Amino acid sequence: MADLSVDFCGVRSPNPFWLASAPPTNTGDQVRRAFDAGWGGAVWKTLGNPIVNVSSRFGGVDYGGGRLMGLNNIELITDRPIEENLREMREVKKNYPDNVLVASLMVETYEEWKEIIRRAEDTGCDALELNFGCPHGMCERGMGSAVGSEPKVLREITGWVMEHATTPVIVKLTPNIGDITEPAEAAMAAGAPAVSLINTIKSIIGVDLDTMVPTPQVGGASTNGGYCGPAVKPIALHLLGQVARMPNVVPISGIGGVSNWRDAAEFMALGATTVQVCTAVMHYGFRIVEDMIEGLSDFLDDQGYGSAQELVGRAVPQYKDWGDLDLNHHAVASIDPDKCIGCQLCYVACLDGSHQCIHIPGMSDEEKRARGHVAFPAHVPDRPVTAAGGTPGARVPYVHEEECVGCNLCELVCPVDGCITMVEKRRGPQVDTWADWAGRGEDLRPGSLDATRKARGK
Amino acid sequence: MKPFRKGEGGPLAQGRLETRIGDKKPLYTDGEAAAEASRCIYCVDAPCIEACPTGIDIPTFIRKIATDNVRGAARTILADNLLGYSCGRSCPVEVLCAGACVYNHWGRPAIEIGRLQRYATETALSRDPALLAKTRKPPTGKRIALVGAGPASLACAGHLALDGHEAVIFEKKSIPGGLNTLGIAPYKLQADDAMAEIQFVLGLGDIELKTGMSVVAGEPSGEGEISADSLLRDYDAVFVGLGLGPDRTLGVPGEEGPGVYGATWLIEQIKTNPEFSLEGVRRPVVVGGGNTAIDIARELAKLGLGEVTMVYRGAAEAMSGYAHEMEGARLDGVRLLERRQPVAIERDGAELRGISVAPVVDGTADAARGETLGCDLVALAIGQARLTDLAKAFDGVDLDERGRVLVDDATCRTGHPRVYAGGDCVNGGKEVVNAAQHGKLAARDITAVLAASS
Repeated sequence: MADLSVDFCGVRSPNPFWLASAPPTNTGDQVRRAFDAGWGGAVWKTLGNPIVNVSSRFGGVDYGGGRLMGLNNIELITDRPIEENLREMREVKKNYPDNVLVASLMVETYEEWKEIIRRAEDTGCDALELNFGCPHGMCERGMGSAVGSEPKVLREITGWVMEHATTPVIVKLTPNIGDITEPAEAAMAAGAPAVSLINTIKSIIGVDLDTMVPTPQVGGASTNGGYCGPAVKPIALHLLGQVARMPNVVPISGIGGVSNWRDAAEFMALGATTVQVCTAVMHYGFRIVEDMIEGLSDFLDDQGYGSAQELVGRAVPQYKDWGDLDLNHHAVASIDPDKCIGCQLCYVACLDGSHQCIHIPGMSDEEKRARGHVAFPAHVPDRPVTAAGGTPGARVPYVHEEECVGCNLCELVCPVDGCITMVEKRRGPQVDTWADWAGRGEDLRPGSLDATRKARGK
Repeated sequence: MKPFRKGEGGPLAQGRLETRIGDKKPLYTDGEAAAEASRCIYCVDAPCIEACPTGIDIPTFIRKIATDNVRGAARTILADNLLGYSCGRSCPVEVLCAGACVYNHWGRPAIEIGRLQRYATETALSRDPALLAKTRKPPTGKRIALVGAGPASLACAGHLALDGHEAVIFEKKSIPGGLNTLGIAPYKLQADDAMAEIQFVLGLGDIELKTGMSVVAGEPSGEGEISADSLLRDYDAVFVGLGLGPDRTLGVPGEEGPGVYGATWLIEQIKTNPEFSLEGVRRPVVVGGGNTAIDIARELAKLGLGEVTMVYRGAAEAMSGYAHEMEGARLDGVRLLERRQPVAIERDGAELRGISVAPVVDGTADAARGETLGCDLVALAIGQARLTDLAKAFDGVDLDERGRVLVDDATCRTGHPRVYAGGDCVNGGKEVVNAAQHGKLAARDITAVLAASS
């Protein structure tokens, strides 16, 4: 059994699964129940100066009949008295000494920061997380993402915190910025021993077309909120990867759409030491952590990792700039005639959405030209669909390999497991990148259309 | 499920009639399973759990399939039901878990829980047959004897083995598995797949299976017999999983002779006997209205033996067989003749010619208006005898007025403090899943009692 515990800038966590600072960590009772369910750590709902919250607060995006592909919220930091929060934090930490308790903080002035750090650390919490990410409400008051999107301000405030903090400081970064490495750089320059990302993405979830009010509606109006949930995972992974490959990067807590063990493993492979979860818990409850622990543990065992820590950053070296990708890598689509059910989705995707290289048998060149094909294979084999569940009378589409650019689109739209695969057909044995071309002064190849025509002999 | 241990299917020969019948619900592909699992809304306090006799945490295992944690899904299933694989294939989910699915009330198709359960267990155990064996507790030195190798005993032995005990199963037949290998309709589960699951159970720990061994009430009359007393003497506890006895007969003239078979005997031949042939049968008749009657009728129909007629004494609505199974039987080509009582078997010499049936009016057969159905095979599915006399060989074990072994519901303990019982001999004949639950309850109590006493 792989060791799931991780060291996060000196803080030992029983597993990499933390709850993000959000509604699920609003009270001591919730955090206790989460720890009982198996969560390794929790970042408490952000403490700060008193605020009030509006009603309603959340909006969701459904996809394909499923709920909450994405969630948007306009809730602010904790609206409970700070004394209550601090008392409950102290009690939780006392009763769960092995679980990680992180205080999330957001205030304005130097004096306020100094004071809240003292009070938060007095609870026995293991670390502080600076909320420089909240993209709604608080940023209008000069806090949250207003700080996170100004690297200079972020650096200054982080500096204040570093003066007074005795526990590790995690700077939570906002994705609402052009280049995530700038605030990350600022946080590290100020001496922060860790960062977490991403906070939510500025969003308007939708518009009610009957009332002409964006959602969620509050008294006949709405405001922009913060977007999270499975939909934001690819964005979070990108920003995580950007930070993870910075030189001398500090430990990272990854956030953004983590819903199951596989998501968590991907975040860890791209550089996160711990992951923080919110939306999936808001949807299904604390119980989902059992699957996360079990799935990650099995995965680590299968792959021969001795510990979760060994997984951290494994995929980072393989995340490269476009200019460093091998231009000699080439793949072509291959359709398994024994699996094809004849839906022709690959055909239309290639014809209208890509490079017109998939053909339906039995058409004359004239018909093909009318449909939109521009290149015509000498022979298109006529293969009837034979797969179980196939459409009677349908034909297996044919890939004109010479024209296939290896884009993967047909594979992505094919509804049958393993029916379309991409077969590697290298253009040359050696690795040859755009950066190599530029190095040789060959990075300009004008007149691509002319060149193509010439190559086809027309 | 070839998967568990290839080439160790047990003593089953090729050419068994059941292998001509196709799998009604084949194993899902990964994509099919993921798509179906994603339909589940992951209810809290889900009604499907409540409806499962073994209380499997169904929404959790289904979510684990959706997150590509298939081994985790299998662990969740097997923790509550070691026979989760065969139950996934043989359970009447329409009246259990899937019948309770919230989608039913919503006018949407219920989640295919049985197929997902099969997918999870078959996929996970194929990849890792030792999935559970790895979690076995250290040996306790305690020994438990189990009488009969049907689902109840197998489940019990498996749980006992995981708890670190030694289990010895005595089975009088040469093929273990009871109902699972000998009785489940082939379009749901075939004997070689049931045998593969038995191999999995036997691999869970220190379990010895002794086939061809009868447990007897008095003194053993030779090899192949062992006395009930010696089990009590040599073992720390005894689990009795006797199952049911032979098919009951009608008691009508002409019944003795070729062509008239008990339904469970006939099913056993179809499933396990490669020499058994139904060559030439064109007009089979099945007598009865329970699930065994429907099973054999569907099997005969699926074997292509012409039109199968079911003769049932009461009205169709009163049949104890499940409505969804009867619907399937009709689609397979089975004809139901309701409110008819067999009164005689017609023979020409020894050769079976037909069955005389009389209309039943107000519960009474009107012999004067009898008619003869021409037929060349009669399968009697009108119940099975009890086998529970043996149970009485253990001091303190009592039977109810219907011959069922009396046990405490929560522990399956009989009137004898070290004797437990479960499965059909206790409930009078239910599903594999009910037997699996009895085996689990008994094993839990045996472990608790043995731990407390040592």
